[in-house]
Amino acid sequence: MIAIVDYKAGNLRSVARVLEKLDVPCRITHDPGEILGAERVIFPGVGAAGQAMADLTHLGLDRVLGRVFEKGTPFLGICLGAQIILDRSEEDGAKGLGLISGEVKRFPTRLFSGTERLKIPHMGWNRVDVMRRHPVLEGIESEDEFYFVHAYYPMPASRSRIIGVTEYGMGFPSVIGQANLIAMQFHPEKSGNPGLHLIHNFCRWDGQDVE
Amino acid sequence: MLSKRIIPCLDVRAGKTTKGIRFKENVDIGDPVAMARHYYEQGADEIVFYDITASNEKRDIMIDVVDRVAREIFIPFSVGGGLRNLEDMRKVLLAGAEKVSVNSAAVRNPELIREGAKAFGSQCVVLGMDVKKVAPGAATPSGYEMVIDGGRTYTGLDALLWAQKAEALGAGEICLNAIDTDGTQAGYELTLTALISENVNIPVIASGGAGHIDHIHEVLTRGKADAALVASIVHYDTLSIREIKNALHGRGVQVRQKW
Repeated sequence: MIAIVDYKAGNLRSVARVLEKLDVPCRITHDPGEILGAERVIFPGVGAAGQAMADLTHLGLDRVLGRVFEKGTPFLGICLGAQIILDRSEEDGAKGLGLISGEVKRFPTRLFSGTERLKIPHMGWNRVDVMRRHPVLEGIESEDEFYFVHAYYPMPASRSRIIGVTEYGMGFPSVIGQANLIAMQFHPEKSGNPGLHLIHNFCRWDGQDVE
Repeated sequence: MLSKRIIPCLDVRAGKTTKGIRFKENVDIGDPVAMARHYYEQGADEIVFYDITASNEKRDIMIDVVDRVAREIFIPFSVGGGLRNLEDMRKVLLAGAEKVSVNSAAVRNPELIREGAKAFGSQCVVLGMDVKKVAPGAATPSGYEMVIDGGRTYTGLDALLWAQKAEALGAGEICLNAIDTDGTQAGYELTLTALISENVNIPVIASGGAGHIDHIHEVLTRGKADAALVASIVHYDTLSIREIKNALHGRGVQVRQKW
């Protein structure tokens, strides 16, 4: 059973619908016992970092997620869930869970591609350059695109935590990971077949990084 | 690099798609769920549903449509038309839409944008704009005026000033429909689209007038649009989404080609 962590942050049902499509049993839950007992954990989220951390702490889930990470459960962070796992965020000066060391940064206000000024948030479809092999990214090709909506991005302290990079006026880490934790800035649940493929891979992953 | 998006728009009345949509392939053209699936498989980057149901009693039918669409397609889709308050927005989002689009209700009550962005996040709130060209005046210095109620009511509101105000209130995206070109298939309103897109920092979806690949190419380049809404051109099978994308790619426009 896969636990989808429920902390009021965004559309959890869209993740659940993908798992239903893949015939994988899942529960949307904020029950610590259920999350700790799950075979895998998905940590989604949209919205602001400060509010999300406050909600997590209020539910006691900050410590629960720390334990999920420590005990080696395959763990997938999505969008805001790929940011809160770092130490801190420039958004609201929020403190994070600190599972991967690093910080969440905002795109520069003036960002250009050639002479064209780029808009913030980065919204729409973009590619991911895979920096190193990872079981969850197996089968992903360079032309595959994924759906992004964000103004902040994760920046791990160690480059070795960066698994995928995306270009938007600058290169930024779009897939990061460490041990049994993998996290994606884009929304695999809204990224058509390539996204379904990533979630399918995650559902079969034993939590071992090949690094 | 970010791809330019091609977004088919489906008008839905009481749970059925309207307009004389025709397909060569075997698609139930009256069923919005089958249509959405068809466009999803053709490579649509997003889908827009516009609910034109006149009576309030039948609005729940749309919620059912949204729920069924969300089980079948795994790309973002938005729903607009007749959403007047937070509760209307919440229902549509909970049923599985990624975004809601507000138009007339936001003009009447701009706070709706702020409240929606606060409750659901800016990325969920699309500002729908219906715009008509007018003589520039004190209230409408840009020469473009907001019209509401399906184009029937002039508001006296300048389109550019409204777009900027809505951005400040928390709108995450703009769907910009030019009433003068809508349905003509004679090309998008390029001047209006570039004016709005260059003066806000949120994405702009151009709408109204696509009848030829050149129109789509123009609006994504000279018109500075981030995305192009398409209706008749794909509904009547003049071009498929894949043909549009292949042609754009051939002209050097970055589009998503693998799905």
